[in-house]
Amino acid sequence: MGRKLLTENINVPGIQSLSVYRQQGGYETLKKALGMTSDAIVEEVKKSGLRGRGGAGFPTGMKWSFLAKPEGVPRHLVCNADESEPGTFKDRYMMERIPHLLIEGMAIGSFALGAHSSYIYIRGEMMYVFHILQRAIDEAYEAGLLGKNIMGSGYDFDLYVHCGAGAYICGEETALIESLEGKRGNPRIKPPFPAIKGLWERPTVVNNVESIMAVVPIIKMGGDEYAKIGIGKSTGTKLISACGHINKPGVYEIELGVPVEEFIYSDEYCGGIRNGKELKAVVAGGSSVPVLPKDLILKLANGEPRLMSYESLSEGGFATGTMLGSGGFIVMDEDTSIVKNLWTFTRFYHHESCGQCSPCREGTGWMEKLLHKILDGHGTLSDVDLLWEIQSKIEGKTICPLGDAAAWPVASAIRHFRHEFEEYVKNPQNIKKDHHYYRVNNISPEFA
Amino acid sequence: MPKVTIDGHSIEVPEGTTILQAARMIGGDIVPPAMCYYSKLKTSGGYCRTCIVKVTKGSEKDPRPMPKPVASCRTTVMDGMEVQNTTAPDLLDARKGVVEFLLINHPLDCPICDQAGECHLQDLSYQHGLAKSRYEFKRREFEKIDIGDKIKLHMTRCILCYRCVKVADQVCDSRVHGVINRGDVAEISTYIEKALDSDFSGNVIDVCPVGALTDRTFRFKSRVWFTKPVDAHRNCTKCCGKTVLWMSGDDVLRVSARKDKYGEVEDWICNECRFEKKSASDWTIEGPRHIDRTSVISANHYEKKKALKIDVSNQSKIEERAHNPK
Ligand SMILES: Cc1cc2nc3c(=O)[nH]c(=O)nc-3n(C[C@H](O)[C@H](O)[C@H](O)COP(=O)(O)O)c2cc1C
Ligand code: SF4
Ligand code: SF4
Ligand code: SF4
Ligand code: FES
Repeated sequence: MGRKLLTENINVPGIQSLSVYRQQGGYETLKKALGMTSDAIVEEVKKSGLRGRGGAGFPTGMKWSFLAKPEGVPRHLVCNADESEPGTFKDRYMMERIPHLLIEGMAIGSFALGAHSSYIYIRGEMMYVFHILQRAIDEAYEAGLLGKNIMGSGYDFDLYVHCGAGAYICGEETALIESLEGKRGNPRIKPPFPAIKGLWERPTVVNNVESIMAVVPIIKMGGDEYAKIGIGKSTGTKLISACGHINKPGVYEIELGVPVEEFIYSDEYCGGIRNGKELKAVVAGGSSVPVLPKDLILKLANGEPRLMSYESLSEGGFATGTMLGSGGFIVMDEDTSIVKNLWTFTRFYHHESCGQCSPCREGTGWMEKLLHKILDGHGTLSDVDLLWEIQSKIEGKTICPLGDAAAWPVASAIRHFRHEFEEYVKNPQNIKKDHHYYRVNNISPEFA
Repeated sequence: MPKVTIDGHSIEVPEGTTILQAARMIGGDIVPPAMCYYSKLKTSGGYCRTCIVKVTKGSEKDPRPMPKPVASCRTTVMDGMEVQNTTAPDLLDARKGVVEFLLINHPLDCPICDQAGECHLQDLSYQHGLAKSRYEFKRREFEKIDIGDKIKLHMTRCILCYRCVKVADQVCDSRVHGVINRGDVAEISTYIEKALDSDFSGNVIDVCPVGALTDRTFRFKSRVWFTKPVDAHRNCTKCCGKTVLWMSGDDVLRVSARKDKYGEVEDWICNECRFEKKSASDWTIEGPRHIDRTSVISANHYEKKKALKIDVSNQSKIEERAHNPK
């Protein structure tokens, strides 16, 4: 059994409430932190090696130390709880079940950064989680854990939850900041970066829910202890939301470094492929990262087992590797249509593009239409080449990474499953007989 | 002062200069095309991606090349930076991709578009586009909208460069003009057709690089290359009063701001000068305006038209019919 740092108490009845959370030692770490200097806290986070859990994997301690600290200008910590990446559902799971862990993390982080008011920006569709958080915040205020002079330390700290209005792009940190300011959620053109000019032009750190929660065990056990967990530069534990054709979908906290094969097949985690089917492919880190076929996700190009870590998953670059991303682990069995799945992803990115920059605004829709044409049985081989060309013209030429996120799934699907696209093009009469195409649409095979 | 080298040409520029500005200082073919950047508008640029360049050396201090093409209009020069524009075939190929994206949903109805002849998208597609579109799907269309009685918004032609939004923000006093919806159905709007009510709203026409915002007082009056541009001025209490009159004989068909060779206005003009002063006697005429762009306007069709005695009145009837099919 791997160590659990975030989910240790998640099944304790009533852990949502402040009293039970405190019985389990909750807010003791905040008390400890308030007795430390802010630099010492940042130092512990640096030592822990914690990398951002929102997707990009940027070292959190380093991000915190980059925060500009001009005299007389307020600073902010903003929690990114917009979690909208298809396949990723770990933050919601945590906030729903143990909201005080986030609040405690926000208080410690804000204290370390010298922020006196901080924000949790939550995805609008998760309205019920918003209410859970708000109730927890109210409780914390009543108990003097938030507000003026928290825990008698002399430190004043206010925490707000703000609801988004239903846009994936508002998870991009600068679009999030715009939205939080009450504006249209368009990503900003960088520089300046939020660490210099973020929310209301003030120095701002944006962190993922899981990154902020992880600060609590780091301060509790010390950065060095935390860094002993995991493998290499992938320290600590990571929440993985596993879904797709597996026996046990759900959120798992793993010690980074578990072999992918173990993660998929052991009963501790996914419990193997359901209905006794064969594994076909995995999208390992949320819909944006490259899809890998079975042989490449289980093993590195040199035959060694691939591990659940930042380095191992990206080993081989995009030719044979992928990314840990935000930990949305999507498993596809032998019946899955890669083309159909890709169309679903591409439709998502088309729908979610903010429309600021031409390659993403125009290219995402074009790719979706081409995939639709192929699925409808009207595709040609040159359409497959054109798809490849379009994604290559989007990648790296946009304002924010949503363009890349739209391009990578297309590139990897064609790279590893070109034969399947060709099959759709050459034998369109077979498409409708492909049950899975219909099963994904929730139409039973009888109607096919 | 940081020194930057663009396609082999070096120049020293003030701190904070962007690659695009530096390229313009050098001048000539190495200047990247810019469809959204506008030096007179703060925070403009970064959207269209036509101005992308390849940075092969970051700076003297950090010589690493930048991993991706950068928007030259939003990237500041570092000392020792080396940049490739026309000398990098892969970059030119990437730019071609951007131009193709800008065109896939564009109607290209130039024969009936008032912007034709002074359209930056026409120039761009001529210089960087593919001969044939690879896009085979239905193109996006929007209803035409009147922004007050002087300005027409033909959203179907818009490339979402955000320049008009910045004018509304920075030049007009009360902003009601902005972008609604997102992705490829995002559109410029004055929040349910509320008129852009400001003395300076007409400037959105001048900044629009395409025929999405046009002057209703000039619509279908003439192809622009059959008019004669002259510099003129008047004493105006609201603006600089320095304009270009687009004339046909003694008639003033259109009044616009004076633009430099990058299509940027020298100074904003007010709506009174633009829309109300349509008589030659309102103005002191300085002399012919030299249009410093590769454009049919500079080909002097005005004189040829006189020689040819072309009747352009028919043209406007064709346009009117195309736009208002009964
Ligand atoms: C289109 C897009 C959507 C994103 N959505 C999220 C999100 O829902 N949650 C999140 O934490 N980060 C998201 N990110 C990443 C954030 O921009 C940012 O990197 C992250 O919040 C930083 O937190 P971390 O350092 O703790 O990982 C998204 C990025 C992009 C480009
Ligand atoms: S890449 Fe897409 S989502 Fe990001 S700024 Fe450009 S258009 Fe908007
Ligand atoms: S905007 Fe330019 S390219 Fe488009 S129709 Fe008008 S003249 Fe042609
Ligand atoms: S209407 Fe013209 S100026 Fe405004 S965004 Fe569109 S193309 Fe740009
Ligand atoms: S001019 Fe630079 S991105 Fe448009």
